[in-house]
This record gives sequence, C-alpha cells and structure tokens, in this order.
Amino acid sequence: MLIGLVVAHLLIALAAPLLTRWLGQRAFLVAAAFPAVAFGWLVTVAPVVLAGGAIVQHYEWIAGLNVALSFHLGLLQWVLSLIVTGIGTLVLVYCRWYFADDPPQTRPVGLLTAFAGVMLGLVTADDLIILYVFWELTTVFSYLLIAHDPTRRANRAAALTALIVTTTGGLAMLVGLLTLGNAAGTYSLHAILADPPEGTALTVSALLILVGALSKSALVPFHFWLPGAMAAPTPVSAYLHAAAMVKAGVYLVAVLAPILAHVPGWRPAVWTLGALTLFLGGWRALRQDDLKLLLAYGTVSQLGFLMLLLGTGTQAAALGGLAMVIAHALFKATLFLVVGIVDHSAGTRQLSKLSGLARKLPITATVAAVAGAAMAGLPPTLGFTAKEAGLEGLTNLALGGDGTGIAPLPAWMLVATVVLGSALTVAYTLRFWWGAFGTKPGVEPTEIGHPPSIGFVAAPVLLGFTVLVAGFLGGPLTSVLEPYAATLPAGEHGHGLSLLPAWGAPLLASLIAIAGGVVLFWQRERIAAVQQTFPPVPAAADFYSATMLRLDRLAVEVTDRTQRGSLASYVETILLVVIGSIFIGMTMVTDWPAFYLADHWGQVAIGGLMVVAAFLVATSRGRLRAVLLLGVTGYGTALLFLLHGAPDLALTQVLVETITLLVFLLVLRKLPKYFTERPLQTARWWRVVLSGATGLAVTLLAILALGSRVDIPVSDGFCEAAYHYGYGSNIVNVVLVDTRAWDTFGEIAVLSIAATGVASLIFLRGRTGRISRPMTLPEGKLEGWLRASRMLPRHARSLIFEVVTRLLFGVMIVVSVYLLLAGHNLPGGGFAGGLVAGTALLIRYLAAGGLELDEAMPVPAGAILGSGLAISVLTAVTPVFFGGTVFQSFDVHLMVPGWESLTLPWGTWTLLGDIHLVSSTAFDLGVYLVVVGMILDLGRSLGAGIDAHEREELAPAPEPESTRAAPGVRWS
Amino acid sequence: MPANLTLAIVAGCLVAAGVYLITERSLSRILVGVVLASNGINLLFLIASGPAGGPPIIGYTEKSQMSDPLPQAMVLTAIVITLSVAAFVLTMAYRSFQINGHDEVQDDVEDARIRALAQADSTSESYEEIRFSDTGEDVVSE
Repeated sequence: MLIGLVVAHLLIALAAPLLTRWLGQRAFLVAAAFPAVAFGWLVTVAPVVLAGGAIVQHYEWIAGLNVALSFHLGLLQWVLSLIVTGIGTLVLVYCRWYFADDPPQTRPVGLLTAFAGVMLGLVTADDLIILYVFWELTTVFSYLLIAHDPTRRANRAAALTALIVTTTGGLAMLVGLLTLGNAAGTYSLHAILADPPEGTALTVSALLILVGALSKSALVPFHFWLPGAMAAPTPVSAYLHAAAMVKAGVYLVAVLAPILAHVPGWRPAVWTLGALTLFLGGWRALRQDDLKLLLAYGTVSQLGFLMLLLGTGTQAAALGGLAMVIAHALFKATLFLVVGIVDHSAGTRQLSKLSGLARKLPITATVAAVAGAAMAGLPPTLGFTAKEAGLEGLTNLALGGDGTGIAPLPAWMLVATVVLGSALTVAYTLRFWWGAFGTKPGVEPTEIGHPPSIGFVAAPVLLGFTVLVAGFLGGPLTSVLEPYAATLPAGEHGHGLSLLPAWGAPLLASLIAIAGGVVLFWQRERIAAVQQTFPPVPAAADFYSATMLRLDRLAVEVTDRTQRGSLASYVETILLVVIGSIFIGMTMVTDWPAFYLADHWGQVAIGGLMVVAAFLVATSRGRLRAVLLLGVTGYGTALLFLLHGAPDLALTQVLVETITLLVFLLVLRKLPKYFTERPLQTARWWRVVLSGATGLAVTLLAILALGSRVDIPVSDGFCEAAYHYGYGSNIVNVVLVDTRAWDTFGEIAVLSIAATGVASLIFLRGRTGRISRPMTLPEGKLEGWLRASRMLPRHARSLIFEVVTRLLFGVMIVVSVYLLLAGHNLPGGGFAGGLVAGTALLIRYLAAGGLELDEAMPVPAGAILGSGLAISVLTAVTPVFFGGTVFQSFDVHLMVPGWESLTLPWGTWTLLGDIHLVSSTAFDLGVYLVVVGMILDLGRSLGAGIDAHEREELAPAPEPESTRAAPGVRWS
Repeated sequence: MPANLTLAIVAGCLVAAGVYLITERSLSRILVGVVLASNGINLLFLIASGPAGGPPIIGYTEKSQMSDPLPQAMVLTAIVITLSVAAFVLTMAYRSFQINGHDEVQDDVEDARIRALAQADSTSESYEEIRFSDTGEDVVSE
C-alpha cells in the first residue's frame, strides 16, 4: 500500500499537464485527493501503529547490492506521514485559490504532488539507500519549486544555493549511511536500530549523517539557504520550507538518536549548533521587514530548537521534541498561508506598508493570532504544552544531567540560551502579528481588493483550529507519543503534555521567556538601535558566495589551461598520455616474449611495400598522389589478410578500398591539387618525434600483448557453436549475424547515420536530391542500357567504358546476390554482397552520370537504408514471439516435392536439392540493403550532387597553382 | 605466444604515418591519416589473433589449422565503418571548401572566449553573484 501511494503521487504528477489543460486551477483539487487518500489510510492503520506494531513492505530490487524497496511504518514514521499528507492536502487545496489569478500552471501542480509522494517515501523508507534516494529527490523538487519563475534572478540564485548546500550535506550523509550499513551488515533501518554496531565506524557515520541532517534542516552554518528559498511561491514555502522538507533532517536525527546520541561529539555538536541557530534565527527575524522572511528566520530558529531537543536523546526531551515537530508544522504552515492571503489581498507583504488589516481580514487575523500564540508558546495551544515538555527535558539536563553526563555550567548555559531564544520567539511573533494586522500610526490604512474566498482561508483555519484543539488533548497525545520517547535509553520519564504544568523550572523558564519577549517587542526601536551597533560578523553566506566565486574562477582557469580549442593539441595530449603510460608499463616488463619474422615471405614483401607507401603518403603534397598511395596500403592490407587466412576480410577490404578510392576521386575533382602548407614549419619535427614514438609503442605493444596471453581464446568453442546454433560453416559470418549480431546491428546503424550525414551536407535541405525518371529525358531512341549516357556531352563519354559497364553490371549484381546467400557457408555475406552491388551502381554512374544512377535505382537511398534496418530489427525480435531470445537463429529445410532432383537414365541431377534456410540470412539481407543504400547515397551525393553544384556554380572552384579554392557562389 | 614481427612493424609504421597526418590542420590530410592508421590498427587485430592459418570455414580447414575467427569478424565491421567515416569527413572537407575556400580546422571560437575570460581574471559568463544580506532587504528574495 505504501509503495502504491508513493507511485500514485508520482503518476498524478506526470498527468499534471493534462489535468491543468482540462480543469485549469481545479487540477490542484484533483491532485489534493491523493495525499488525502494517503492521510485516510494512515488514520485507518492507527490501531496497528498505536498498539506498538508496524506496517512493513519489502520488495527485492537490486539484490546484488543489498538494496531493497523496503518500507517500515512505525510510530515516528506514522506521525511524520500524517504531517506530510495532511498538510500536503491542505496546501494543494489552498493553491487552487492562491494561483487563481494566474494562467493555469502545470509546474506547481505536478511538482507539489510529486514532492508529497517522495516526502512520504522519505519518512517511511526502511532501506538506507532508498531513504537517500528519496532524500535527494526532495532536494530536486525543492530546487524546481524554488525556481518557480526561472526568468527572475532571485529564483535562480536561491534555487541553486538550496540545491548546492543541501546536496553537499547529502553527500556527506551518503558516506555516513554507507559506513553505518557496512558496519551493521544490513541497510535496513529498523534492523540497525535493533542491533546497532559499535566503535569508530559508528562515530564516523553518526557525525557524517549529522552533517546531512543539519544542512537539510538549515541549521548554522548551513542556515542561509532557507531565507533565500522564500523566493518560491508562498504555498511552497509553507509546505516544503516550514512543514515537510526541512523536517527531513529533524526526522533523521529523531529516528537515529536512540543509537547515535551517545556517540562522542554528537551531543556537543547538536547542542552548540542547535542553540546558536535558535538564537541567530530569532535575532535576525526581529529585524525583517518582509513577513515571509520574518517567518523564514523564525523557522530557522525553531529548527534549531527541534534539533536540539531530538538530538539530545533523553526521554523527556524526545517527547517534547516530537510534540514540537507536530506543533511547528501546524502553526508555521498556518502562518505562511496567512501571509499568502495578506499578500494577495493587500498586494504587499512588507510590514512597514501594512496597517489596519485586522478589521478588514478578521478571520485571517484571528487564525494568525491563534497560530502566533502557538509559535510564542502561549497556552492553551499545542505550542505551549510542547514547549513546556521540551523545556522540562532541558532543565532536567541542568538539574543533574539526566543521564547524558553534561556538566552543570554548559547545561545552564544551554537553558539560558533556549530561554533567550524563546523570548526572541515571543518578540518576533508579536512583531509578525502587529506587522501584518496592527494599525500603525503614520501608515495609511491598507486597501484590500476583495475579501478572500472561503476556500482560500479554509486551510489555515483548519490548521489553526487543530493546533488549538491539540493543546487540550495533552493526555491522549502523551500516550500516543510516549512509546517513541521510551525508545531512548537515557533520561527520566517526563511530565507529559499538559495545560496544567507542574510548578518548577520549566514553567519558570516559560514565564521568563514570555515576559522577556514582551519587553523586547515593547522596546523594539531601542533594540533595533542596539542591533545596529554590533560589529558585523563574517557570515556563512559570505563564505558560501566567496567559495562559489572561487570555484567559478578555478573552472575558468582550468578550462583555459586544458581546453585550448585546437584539435591537434588535443590529439597530441591524448597520444602523449597513451604513449607515456605504455612506455612506463613496459619498463616493468622483465621477460620479453619471443617473436618470429613472418609466417610467409610474402608478408615481408607486401609489408615493405606498404611501409614505403605509407611514408610517401605522409610526405606527399599532392592530394591525388596521397590518395592513390593510400590505396596501395589498403590493397596491401587486403593481401596480408589473405595470407593470414582471412578470405572474408580480404574480400571486404578490396571492395571497400575500391569504393574509398572512387569516393575520394569524386570529391577530389573539386578540391585544389595540393594540400595547404602549415604556417608553422617548426612543429613538423615535433610531430615526427611524436608519430615515431606512437608507432614504436604500437609495435612493441603488439608483441608484448600477444606474448602475455595465457588464457585460451574466447573463440575456441566457436567452431562447434557456429554449426550447432548458427547453422553455418563460415564462422566469421556466423559471428557477424548471430554471435555478435548486436555489434553488427550497431554498425549498420552507424552506416545509415553516416550516409544520412553525407547526404545532408550536400543537399542541405532534404534527405536526397530529386530522382529523375526516364520521362524527363528527351524523346528519341532511348531504348537499351545506359540511355542517360546520351545526355552527356560527347567528350565526356567513353565507348569502351560504356561497353564494359554493360557487360559487368549484370554479372556484378548476380555475384552480389550469390555472395549474400552463400556467405553463411563460404566467404561472402551481406557486407561483401552489398559492397559489390554498390560498386556496380557506382560504375553505372561513372559511365553515364547521375541520371543513369536514378535509372538504375529509382528509389530514394533513405528508403533502402530504412528497409534494411527494419528487416534487421524484425529478424532480431521475431524469435522472441516463438519462445526464443533476441537474435536467435533458426533453420528450415525446404524440400520441394518432385523438384529436389532429376533422375534420368544416365544419372541423378540435383535441381533445387535440400534448400537449407537460416533465419540469420534475413539479418544479412538487412545488412546488404543498408550497405547498398549507403553507397547509393554516396553516389547520389558526392557524384550527382556535386555535379549539380557545379552546374549551379555552388561547388568550390580550385584556383590554379594554389592550395585554395574560390568558395561556391552563394557562399562567398 | 610469439608474435609476427613483420606485421607488428608494418602496423607501427602505418600508425606512425597516420598520426603524423592527424596532427595536421587540413581536414583532408587528417582524413588520409585516419584511414592510414585504421589500416594499421586492423593489422594489430591480425597479430593478436595469433599465427596465420587456414580460412575459418568448417569443412574447408581442420579446426586445429584454422585462424582465429573472432578478431576477423571485429575487423570486418571496422573496415566498413572506416569507409562510412571517411565518406562523411570527406564531405565535411568538401563543404568547408564550398564555404571557406579551404579545409583547415580552425581553433574553437568558444574556447578563445574562455581564454579571454581567464586572461582578464573574470568569471564565467553563466556566473551570477549570490548575495544575502540580513538587513531586511534580502537580495535573494527581492
């Protein structure tokens, strides 16, 4: 059920665009139904949880890493889930009116609902890794929600700050969680709580987790992101930055306090930072002019108080802390929603401009007064009872340590700081109410447009009512929350939540705080003057800004050093690293492996020729010369393949080399005769050294790598497997179409992309040029082959070439089909067949021009590429429907009755014979078509396309005796 | 397993010549270098597959006499890919001539801008200063 609820939230978030289109603002109400259902479900499971039980759900997820989708809903989780879902529902309902004046907004609907879902997941997750995932998801949604209006600088900056600060803490926490899970041998939270590890690992993980919790809950020194986050819309602030998300850190501390509170350093850190935050937040809240910022600093202050109570790890403090979590969620959400109403009604939230609103917004003012009373800790609200219980926990520390071993002086200092912080709370609460609703002398009474509608005020009224009623329910609430407090090992049982507190230190502290707060508010102008005289303190926010600035400067400098923008320097750097590591590695080799000169004298002869050709290529200045010599190395490679026992490779290499040569020649006709001279001749010797070292590294590595082989080759079993599972005798082909068919599939995809790229670079606006059919040719004697050659100028035609083409074309097509079909058992296959067919097409182009190419293949190349890919995909997936796996091969023996053979008196003649069809031949057909399509594309683009450019004067015109060309007319 | 020295030297020379051309500025020369180096690398596969043997075709060669088929299949795809890459880069060179009248690979303009920023000791263009003041006029919640 829990997972279902989380997923339901996320699904409705995905549907948000549709919902807002159909329903406009009312989409918020539909979205609100989901947290409402979750809330209802939580209420129904109350008997189980209150009886001390738990709702547990567990699904295996990544078993190898011990990560499971497990959820555990105990008492603490139940309380927080009620807060998350309850306030989530009300905030979404409130949003329907808050955003009513704007155009329908998809963003907040989807993001708020998704946030509610992941927050529910966060407080119920049992697996630490899953908990972390939800933790960071809340950060991401918070980032997106703060960046509500990305065009405003304030939103961007605040969102980024919140993201960076909380994820930095989150990373520390991740390390802590991993350490904890590793030490405990399990990542299940309740298993760790039941049987915690001990020792240094626990200390380290505790402190790291604390860093994460402090950053998420905006404690000093991470507090500054929270006031910034007020750039978000007010309902978002109410939900994320007051009630729910910032409670995540508090929740984590609360759930781990039973096992972590005694760890060295934990309590001092929690007390110091909590008290400091409590004071600092209150102190700064006192001088805010913006109501929302005032509340934000108040939240910072209260979060410090919560962390202080729950991190202490004594029973009385824990009870007060948990009650305070509930109270704070209720009253702070109420007050934020009130600010939203004031903002909407008056058009401002600056308290210096507001006056006399109490009479104009009586209901809102009353609700604010009730919630404010709770914030200030006044009876008869839950704020009072919770704070009393919390103060009891702290005064217990001062009156004997309460099992924590704290010395009296720091304990009293702690109590004094908390009393001072509470006084500040009372003061800023008064400032808030007076600022929002009071009548100020000298300020014009604020005009409001129209009174807020009932739906708008419903949510704050309901929340305010709850915090008031809960004050009277001290007894039942105590019995509900007591089982959590009982899990803490240290400390005495507390007095409980009650409107009738015992006479003693806690009540005295409360009275001092209230009286002090009233005085602080009464003397506010004098206090403000005093605040002015304090020396400026270096703030954490400044440190953050300075760090970000330095980080950015460092990034600029590093980018400048490493990213020079010159392709050659990148290649050189990469090569230097490669060569360097190879040579360093080779210095450690003690036994150099043996080698032999050659398998065959032919290798030496061919190799020598290739080396000479390669040297000449590198030094040649002429383009044509370089390309022809390149061909020599290519054909030489083919011969070496053949001598090594690789006929398939030799065949393919010869065909590819031929086509490469043709393609080069097609383009070279429009390029200058000579390569450009580099202006920097001095770099030449450096390049000679670098390339020589690379070549040497390659040679030595080849010898060394082969010498280091110890295992038998992977391909050892291929021989049998090829025949049994691939049904073919040509192992190389079986590897291509069956064993490593995925690889081949990727490759034909690359071919299609490259061909499309070539066509796009030539035709720019379309996939291909226009295909001309014979009807566009002039009337006359156009029968027979190579009809389009008659369109060529007389000097461009070659009779011999045309005759040879006529002879060759048909033969080549037959050969290509033969290679395709025979390839499974003999040298050949889709690649070789496709290359032969493609060459035949290129020859027709060369003999008779672009029109002839259209004649020969009157379909777009894209269609051939596409059908080839489609056939390959179909062959790949078809076996799945027959219970096989992707790319599994099947074979069929086809016997046509009466046609297998022909029996004549002088012997039996095989006719069709036993036709052995293998399904992977269809895959090879796909390969064949892709290769044909690619070469057709090359012919159409680099042949006919460049011809067309030439006619339209778009082609570059090489200048005689120059290394440059005049650009095409349109481009110059 | 002992290695074939001739093939190793040929592969090394092809790669060396290829690298020399790849560090050029002219795109068509770089392309020639890439194709040259590809041939060399394909030979490396041949060396890695062990000594020469018969074609790996069942029924044609005894299993013990066969050359290793797996590297051959890998090289076969590499050969065809080289063709398509060569065609694409060549078209880029053509296009470069068509527009600029040369095919020299220029230095990246964006990187030049970053260099200017670094020399001026300034921040990146996407940097936004984040200032928080706690005097009530919080910059971030403007």
